[in-house]
Parts: sequence; C-alpha cells; structure tokens
Amino acid sequence: MVDILREYWLLFLVGQYPNGPLGGLTATILVAVAGLLLSLPCALILALARVSPYRPVRIAAAAIVHTVRGMPFLMMIFWCYFALPLLVGRPLDGFVTLVGALVLYESAYLAEVIRAGIEALPPGQYEAGRALGLDYCRTMTRVVLPQALFNSMPSLLSQFVSLIKETSLGYVISVNEFTFAAAQVNNQLLTKPVQVFSILALTFFILCFSLTQTARALERAILRKRAGTPESQILSTEADA
Amino acid sequence: MGYTLDFGAVLTGEHLRWLLSGLRVTLELTASSWILAFIVGILLVLLRNSGSKLAEIGVAAYVEVHQNVPLLVQILFWYFAMPELLPEPARIWLNERNSEFILVMLALAFCFAAYISEALRSGLRAIPRTQHEAGRALGFGYLSTMRHIVIPQAFRAAMPPLVNYSLLFFKNTSLAMAIGVHELTTQTRQIENDTFRTFEAFAVATAIYLAISFLIMAAGAWLERRFTQEKR
Repeated sequence: MVDILREYWLLFLVGQYPNGPLGGLTATILVAVAGLLLSLPCALILALARVSPYRPVRIAAAAIVHTVRGMPFLMMIFWCYFALPLLVGRPLDGFVTLVGALVLYESAYLAEVIRAGIEALPPGQYEAGRALGLDYCRTMTRVVLPQALFNSMPSLLSQFVSLIKETSLGYVISVNEFTFAAAQVNNQLLTKPVQVFSILALTFFILCFSLTQTARALERAILRKRAGTPESQILSTEADA
Repeated sequence: MGYTLDFGAVLTGEHLRWLLSGLRVTLELTASSWILAFIVGILLVLLRNSGSKLAEIGVAAYVEVHQNVPLLVQILFWYFAMPELLPEPARIWLNERNSEFILVMLALAFCFAAYISEALRSGLRAIPRTQHEAGRALGFGYLSTMRHIVIPQAFRAAMPPLVNYSLLFFKNTSLAMAIGVHELTTQTRQIENDTFRTFEAFAVATAIYLAISFLIMAAGAWLERRFTQEKR
C-alpha cells in the first residue's frame, strides 16, 4: 500500500495536473466546496419559501423538495449531463455538470435542514420582531435567520459530508475526481485492487469522519449554549446522515 | 426546437421489456439488500448491547466506517477488491452466478445495516430503563421483556429514521449501474443509446423512481400515524 502511495500520490492528489485537468482529491474537495457554496443561497430561498405565509409558495416549494428527495442522485447527474448543455447551447465540462447536479440536488436537502432550524425557534421570536415594528424581510434577516442558521450549523456540516460523498458519483460520468483517479490507478496496476481501493476508502473515511466528529462537537457546544445546563443533562440527538 | 416527444419509442416492444426487467432488478436488489441489512443491523445492535467493551468498540467502528465512506466507493471495493480477499471456492461460486448482482447487494446491505443499527439503537435508548425493570419485576424473562415490552416501543421510536433510510437505499440501488448490473438506470441508458430518445427515456425512469419513492414516503407516514395512535 505504501509503495502504491509513493508511486501514485500525485495522481491521487491532483490527477493529471499540471499536464492535464486538475483531478484527484483536490478536485473532489473543490467540487464539494463549490457545490456547498452555490447551493446555500438556493437552499435559503427554498427554505424561506417552505415557511412562507403564502400557501401557493409553500406548496410549490414542498413539491420541489419532495421531487428532488424522491429521485436518485444519479438520475439528477444524468439530467444535468444531457439537459444542461442543451440549455447553455454548448458542451459543458464534466466538473460543471457535477457541480450543477450537486447544487440542484443538495439545495433541496439543505433547505430542509434550514427549515428545521427555523421551525425549531420559538414562534415568539418572529412575533417579537414583528411587534417591534420590523417588516417581514427584516424580521427574517435580522431575527429569525441568524439564530436558525447558527443552530443548524451541525446539520449543515453533516450535509456537507453527504455532499463530499456524493461527489464520488462523478466517476460514473468520468469526471476526473478522486474515485476516478483511484480507478485509473487500479487499471494501471491491475493486480492490486485491495490496496488501491483501501487507499481510496481510507482517505474518504479520514476526511468525512473528522468532519462528522466536528459536527458532533459543534452540536454539543450549541446545545449546551442554548440550554445553559451542564452537558450531562442534555439528551444527545442523532445527526442525520 | 422542432423536437417532438415520442414516448412510444421508449414504452413499446423491446424497449418496454428492457425497462421492466430493469425495474424488476431494482426491486429485487432493494428487497434482498433490505432484508439482509435488517438482519445484520439487528445483530449489530445486539452485539453492541452485549456488554462486552470490545464488541461495542467494534460495532462503533463498523458503523463509522460505513457511514463515512461513500457508498459508491464501498460498492467498487466489493466489486474489485473483495473477490481477491475471498477463498478460491467462494470466488468460483460467485463467478458461476450473477456475481455483480450478489456483490452490489452485499455492499448495499452491509452499508445499510450500519444505518439500521444506529436507528434501532437510538430507538432502544429512547426507552427508559424502568420499562425493562418493570418487565423483569412482573416476572418476564430477559427475552420476553425485550420481545413484548422494550422492542415494540423502541421500534416505534426508530420508525421515522428507518423509513428515511429505506428511501435512501431504494434510491441508491441506482449506483449498481457503476458496475454494470442491469437495473433501472442501466437499462434507461441502454434504451437511450438505442433510440436517442434521451429526454423520454430519462423522464420515464425518473417517473418510476419518483412513484416508488412517494409510495415509500406515504407508507412511512401511514405507519407513523398508526404507531402514534396506538401510543395513547
């Protein structure tokens, strides 16, 4: 395993770069971060629509969220793979397709996380904001969202872990990310699949496990802060996968 | 764009047969991995609660590994690496059969088992210790206390995450495409290759996935309602 790492670490880390497109683990992380940053604003809008005072808006947002939730991510990737180039009018890079699919898919999931954060706040917060003369937008942006987003940080972080895991599906449309790089190494070596795929799995594990643990620590800290009680009295809640 | 929709090309004759066989494989994959995952999940919970420190750490590690490695990577590992690790007779046995299907089914089941065991464990934890003590005080043995008192209540508490994970895993059977199992997504791509009816093929497949997903969501909502009514 160490031999393989010594020989191929550059391919695992950056793919063919600088002689070709950036790939490997770096590409996986870049795609995941881009996916998260681009889907957060969409998720915010969708979450606000989910708790909107207007019923048609709520229904439309719920329809979008449930449709996305009922669909395999692979289907979303294929839709983007075929439909996005038609919409833009020119062929797209695999990375763009993957990020596009991630944004469309994760927006719905992140929206549910943010919505849960909003609904977990006591309604008195919203009412107090309105009673103090703030309009709907200001109540949301100044009172409700700062608290809701802060409280949902741990869940957002675990959703980011899902997002990192989902980038591995780029392999199916030959996006040159980490999983694809490992498959390439495996094709070159042919006789060492156990070692190659162990490296792949182990790296993903270290990356995702450290993030999951951070999310858990953050969750305990926030619960402690909100409850104002010693940690032992707080029932730990399961972070959703 | 001058493009006319033609679902007929996708939904007739040979292509319809491909689609239906894909659907059958998807459903078989879901059902078989779900049942195996449930059995393994229950075993994991029992092992974790067995009182042995070693077993507890082992199960915790199992759960973390399966939850923090992408499912596709697990499937690739099972497909490419696992046969190398198996003894010769097992490999021959696999190759004589539909090895892709079996390997992806095992990958799905062992990953899903980690999620199921976590859901069941948090369900069990939600049941106060006194329920167990009351059962024992009333003269129930350990097993019948578990069977008649603790497990029915724990199951109720574990219901919502179990439904969520079932939905997740139904959708994730599509990953079997990566190693060439002829399930719904693979068949859709084949139909698309054969007819160039990209939009129609994927629209039909998406509609099928959505229909089954909504069925699972609805069943989950129904079960939850039923269980909470029982609760009083």
